[in-house]
Amino acid sequence: MKKRRLGELKKGERATIVRVTEAAETGLARRMLEMGLLEGSRVELVHEAPFGGDPVAVRARGALIALRRNEANFIEVADD
Amino acid sequence: MTEHAQVPMIALAGNPNCGKTALFNAITGGRQRVANYPGVTVERKEGSARVHSGLVVNVLDLPGTYSLNARTPDEAITRDVLLGSASVARPEVVVAVADATNLERSLGLILELRGLGTPTVLALNMMDLARRRGLELDIDALERELGISVIPTVAVRKEGIRELLEAAAGMLAPGGAGASAARPAGTMDVRARFAEVDRILRAATKRRAAPTLWTDRIDRTLVHPFFGTVIMIAVLGLMFQAIFSWAAAPQDWIRAGIGYLSQGATAVLPSGPVQRLIVDGIIAGVGAVLVFLPQILLLFSFILLLEDSGYMARAAFLMDRLMGRVGLHGRAFIPLLSSFACAIPGIMATRTIENPRDRLTTILVAPLMTCSARLPVYALLIGAFIPNTVVWGPLRLQGLVMFGLYLAGILAALAMAALFRRTILSGPRPPLLMELPTYKWPSLTNVALGLVERARLFLRRAGTVILALSVLIWFLASYPKPPAMSAEPAIHFSYAGKIGRAIEPALRPLGFDWRVGVALIPGFAAREVMVGALATVYAVETTGEGREKSLGAVLARDWSVATALSLLVWYVFAFQCLSTLAVARRETNSWRWPGFMLFSMTALAYLGSLATYRAALFFGLG
Repeated sequence: MKKRRLGELKKGERATIVRVTEAAETGLARRMLEMGLLEGSRVELVHEAPFGGDPVAVRARGALIALRRNEANFIEVADD
Repeated sequence: MTEHAQVPMIALAGNPNCGKTALFNAITGGRQRVANYPGVTVERKEGSARVHSGLVVNVLDLPGTYSLNARTPDEAITRDVLLGSASVARPEVVVAVADATNLERSLGLILELRGLGTPTVLALNMMDLARRRGLELDIDALERELGISVIPTVAVRKEGIRELLEAAAGMLAPGGAGASAARPAGTMDVRARFAEVDRILRAATKRRAAPTLWTDRIDRTLVHPFFGTVIMIAVLGLMFQAIFSWAAAPQDWIRAGIGYLSQGATAVLPSGPVQRLIVDGIIAGVGAVLVFLPQILLLFSFILLLEDSGYMARAAFLMDRLMGRVGLHGRAFIPLLSSFACAIPGIMATRTIENPRDRLTTILVAPLMTCSARLPVYALLIGAFIPNTVVWGPLRLQGLVMFGLYLAGILAALAMAALFRRTILSGPRPPLLMELPTYKWPSLTNVALGLVERARLFLRRAGTVILALSVLIWFLASYPKPPAMSAEPAIHFSYAGKIGRAIEPALRPLGFDWRVGVALIPGFAAREVMVGALATVYAVETTGEGREKSLGAVLARDWSVATALSLLVWYVFAFQCLSTLAVARRETNSWRWPGFMLFSMTALAYLGSLATYRAALFFGLG
């Protein structure tokens, strides 16, 4: 089981969230949790935006969530 | 429970895109109202419904949220109403709305709402879609585990609405079921809440829903780095094309109607000041603005359709990187796009932007986007001064100039945003965290109700602000009357003429004479009034149909091309709209920022016009 950060996933890769760390902005981590990006959620990086592949869209707990790789890197994942 | 002296209130709360507004429309039908912009701090969507027993209840549609831990002004409204800390009364019953196709996520908020202590009933919306995807739920088990009533609904087909209302009304009665329901601690941690959601779903799910494939399939094209961008540009292109070409016929009908009306009024009323007031002041002034109703409605239909289908969030996703270049958030794309119709809904749409600095930057630059009120002025001046020669293929010079003016507004907005984010509003770039909702067919009822609301606001504005200004301009341009046997035109002796001449020295360097000054003054209150004002000032006698054409001919004779170009540039930049000023003051909670907008945009307009006029003279267009 290799540990990585969510922002390091490539398009089409799947993983499971192992830890959501407190992000640079207060309250951001909590909102990520509330939107379903929380420990144990299985995630898949589904889309990459144009002009450099950032932001990305991640499917988690049935919802499709867009975020930038920078913020996604506050989330630690383990490969399935 | 207390006795209710007045009509009891039921509030709808749920995640964004859970079909809450569709449910609200199904419950209230046409019996709803949206609080107007001026003077109201909270946009409240409220309606009423009659329960089976004959009892009438008020229904409040709260802004969508992921939790009561609010991050945007919109979410703060939901929090304040539900916690009873806003100036509005706390609802007697909360209808928690969950998207049945995604209970894993949407039940998180429901558990939070359940902990509030207000009687709560759960509406499992979009139940048809969930069933089609194979979901089999044990509703009784779900009710048992949640401790609240659960009603499956299909808002777009009005299924389950009556049952939902009955269940909600049942809790209004003293000793209703909701208040006594078992309720765990309200301050459950987010992680614990979702663990509880998983436990409840394990107990109540007989068969899980298969994941939807359609949204991912559509997105493979629509958010594709290359095709997605191309399609987005095509969609926006179609939108603007439609605003100009599809609106032409209804605009002609309105113009013709106004023409008949003013002819009729002239024939029926005895000639004199009252006749002139009604024909030249009211019918001509208000009519010049009413002509834009078709364009505004077309633009809003596009925006509402794109929003309702789920595409708008994709556009924000695609644009985030580019918007980031000027320090703006991907979410700022939607408010800025709405500002093409009118800066007022644009500024109001900034409520979905979480970061205050980001939100303020977007509010400051939104009025630079070319709103529909500038169109009459652009159309008049381009028609009068720009030859409609073919440039290349289907491209003609008039259309290109129009496109150039739009482009100038966009570039100015982006440049100013970049400037503000590097100076007075500098700070780290706020994060992007946004759901891309599942695609769905836009509900025509939702779009129609949204359009009716926009039309109502526009007509109200035409009937109040613009009506009053039209009468005022007519009065200033008509009195005092010229002395008998004067060679000068009557306007020369009027109050308007005196004011125009007083400010002429400041406008001379821009190529504007005192008559343009007269028209610019009411134009500061509402841009589109300028066309009518110019007509009055130039004493163009024809009204209604053909008015702009003949006014254009008079201007083409009287002005140089340099003056016309200078005035066009003035209109690109100048902040001339009392309503926007009022909304900006309300949304920023002080006069400081609207004052700053007025000053900076006027300065920009003055310098832009000055440069344009000088350049045009240099190139021999004087």
